[in-house]
Amino acid sequence: MTDQAFPLELPDDAPMVRFSGVTKRYGSLTVLDNLDLDVNANEMVSIIGPSGSGKTTVLRMLMTLETINEGVIYVDGKPLTHMPQNGGLVPANEKYLRSQRSNIGMVFQQFNLFPHMTVLENCVEAPVHVLGIAREEAEQRALDLLAMVGMSDKKDEHPTRLSGGQQQRVAIARALAMRPKVMLLDEVTSALDPEVIGEVLNVIRHLNGEHNLTMLMVTHQMGFAREISDRVCFFYGGRIAEQGTPDKIFSDPQNERTKQFLSAVLDAG
Amino acid sequence: MEWRWDFTFEILPRMLWATGNTLLAAAVGYLIAVVMGLVFLLAQRTKFAAVNLVTREIVEFIRSTPLIVQLFFVYFVAPQFGIVLSAWTAAMLTIGLHFGTYLSEVYRGGLEAVPRGQWEACRALNIGPARAWSRIILPQALPASLPGMGNYLVGIFKDTPMLSTIGVVELMHTANALGAETYRYLEPYTMVGFIFLIISLPTAAALRKLEAFVARSMGIQK
Amino acid sequence: MSYFEFLAEYFPKLAGGAWVTVLQLICSALLAAALSVFFGILRLSRSRVVNGIALVYIEFFRGTSLLVQLFWIYYVLPLFGFTLSSFEAGFVALGLNFGAYGAEIVRGAIQSVPKAQWEATIALNMSPALRMRRIILPQAFPILIPPAANLTVELLKATALVAFITVLDLMFVAKQINATTWLSVQTFGTALIIYYVLARFALTPFLRWLEFLAARKMGRA
Repeated sequence: MTDQAFPLELPDDAPMVRFSGVTKRYGSLTVLDNLDLDVNANEMVSIIGPSGSGKTTVLRMLMTLETINEGVIYVDGKPLTHMPQNGGLVPANEKYLRSQRSNIGMVFQQFNLFPHMTVLENCVEAPVHVLGIAREEAEQRALDLLAMVGMSDKKDEHPTRLSGGQQQRVAIARALAMRPKVMLLDEVTSALDPEVIGEVLNVIRHLNGEHNLTMLMVTHQMGFAREISDRVCFFYGGRIAEQGTPDKIFSDPQNERTKQFLSAVLDAG
Repeated sequence: MEWRWDFTFEILPRMLWATGNTLLAAAVGYLIAVVMGLVFLLAQRTKFAAVNLVTREIVEFIRSTPLIVQLFFVYFVAPQFGIVLSAWTAAMLTIGLHFGTYLSEVYRGGLEAVPRGQWEACRALNIGPARAWSRIILPQALPASLPGMGNYLVGIFKDTPMLSTIGVVELMHTANALGAETYRYLEPYTMVGFIFLIISLPTAAALRKLEAFVARSMGIQK
Repeated sequence: MSYFEFLAEYFPKLAGGAWVTVLQLICSALLAAALSVFFGILRLSRSRVVNGIALVYIEFFRGTSLLVQLFWIYYVLPLFGFTLSSFEAGFVALGLNFGAYGAEIVRGAIQSVPKAQWEATIALNMSPALRMRRIILPQAFPILIPPAANLTVELLKATALVAFITVLDLMFVAKQINATTWLSVQTFGTALIIYYVLARFALTPFLRWLEFLAARKMGRA
């Protein structure tokens, strides 16, 4: 497509992530509806909303786990879901996706560590085989990251021996080892026992403070979202119903649906 | 080496007759195996531990040794004990025993697939063992057993060429005979392979449809 | 002669045949394993051509009889210029046949690896080859071992058929002894016992040890 609404490249001052008119359908069900979303470099954006509102789909499309029906997603000024061809944009092929994907890292709700590898091997595998980093260098970086998430002493353990919170911290280290520009956190504490949620949130807190990282977080942890986000987006029915600073959204929501959702969540909490 | 179509059509009638014999052998052998499977299953669930154990060992032994060796054993040993067995009889007997052991395992798997809770529900409703088996348990064990039963039907069919080695006149035997008579092996052997293909593939597909149909019609998730 | 005398005279010959049986088992198992992994992966391809090729191989060798395949490879293939020795024809036919059954086992095992693992590899931007080699196949391995173990025992039993293309295995030797002595009970009985011992006391423990190794690699033992 050569629509001028979808340029081949964004200007230098453009946001790190841009969703431009993105629509996603599953059959007759529209999950994301003409979504426009900008995330600036080093910004921490929380995405909240009821299930089925499309929040997780936003992350999955950014991680190229789902295809896009309409619109274009840009990362770091370049299109992600499409590639330039003959002066226009066409849907990206696998080769192009692989060239762009390393900019983005994701931490999953179910951790998804490789069970047949130790913690250290989990963190070293992709940097060595995908980025072509020398093994010693990759191991050193992995050890630094494991120290940061507090998992140094478990580096030779298999994931099955670790608690959920420990596995999730390793998953964060594994994703960071690829030096992504954008980190996606998909309900990373939803599958954890309450007593270990804190240790994971601590790591995210640290990430947000110390690193140059653009972060998008889907979460049900409202208090945490309020504490660390630069911006909060409330999703409803495949669209952003309301967005703004945490204070604005949590203390003074304007939209009816936002109010309903927040009162339901805070009542249950 | 050229394929000769005239020769092919010449030997076709004899091959087709042999195919019929093959199908008959497979069908009879299978029926015996189905029954023997039940025998082996029940003989492992008696009230006498010794019987159960001995049966179990026999089943293990038969399952772990080659059918072809068992075939030769039965065929050559029987006369030494004064029992005259035709090749056909020896074949049916051996197939029945051999595949009976496999089928007993299939039945066992089918029974184990029935949730324990079903037995307990029968207890709770005071349904006697006979009714419980016939109305509740077996109907649920059946869909789980069908895939295995179907596989072994096709398996027996494909094992019939072994019977040629003790002289049963089926497809393989006929192909060998034709080859020896005419010195042409290409067409007979290829035709045998082809005939097996065009019978076993559609049969396997049809069996899968049957399994799905039974599972659906009994309202059981497949 | 007593059974003991029978054994004294003929057991060495039977043992020699058993050794050939074991060799056939090893050679065909290796070939079958390689074909299983290759075609099992091909069977998962989204390309209809690639998938179709694998399907043809699998359905052809599963749909036809092993004995027919043995005869065809040993007696008919030479007519087209490919002459194999009886031993070679034996393990090649066995390997091709059981490779087809194995391919379905490999395919099933790969499909049993949780989808989430595939997604993790996408998130780490791994290429399909890397993903399959380092992440998916290693996790498919423990899953495929139990059915593969059963298949291997079937393979051991199937080796008896190579006697009919004149491979000097246990079955062949037994037939020979029977033809000269007519001591059928002792001959075939001993052969059955040897097969049983091989299957239950050599092969099965070995396969269970493999299963243990695989579970340990997954950190589960």
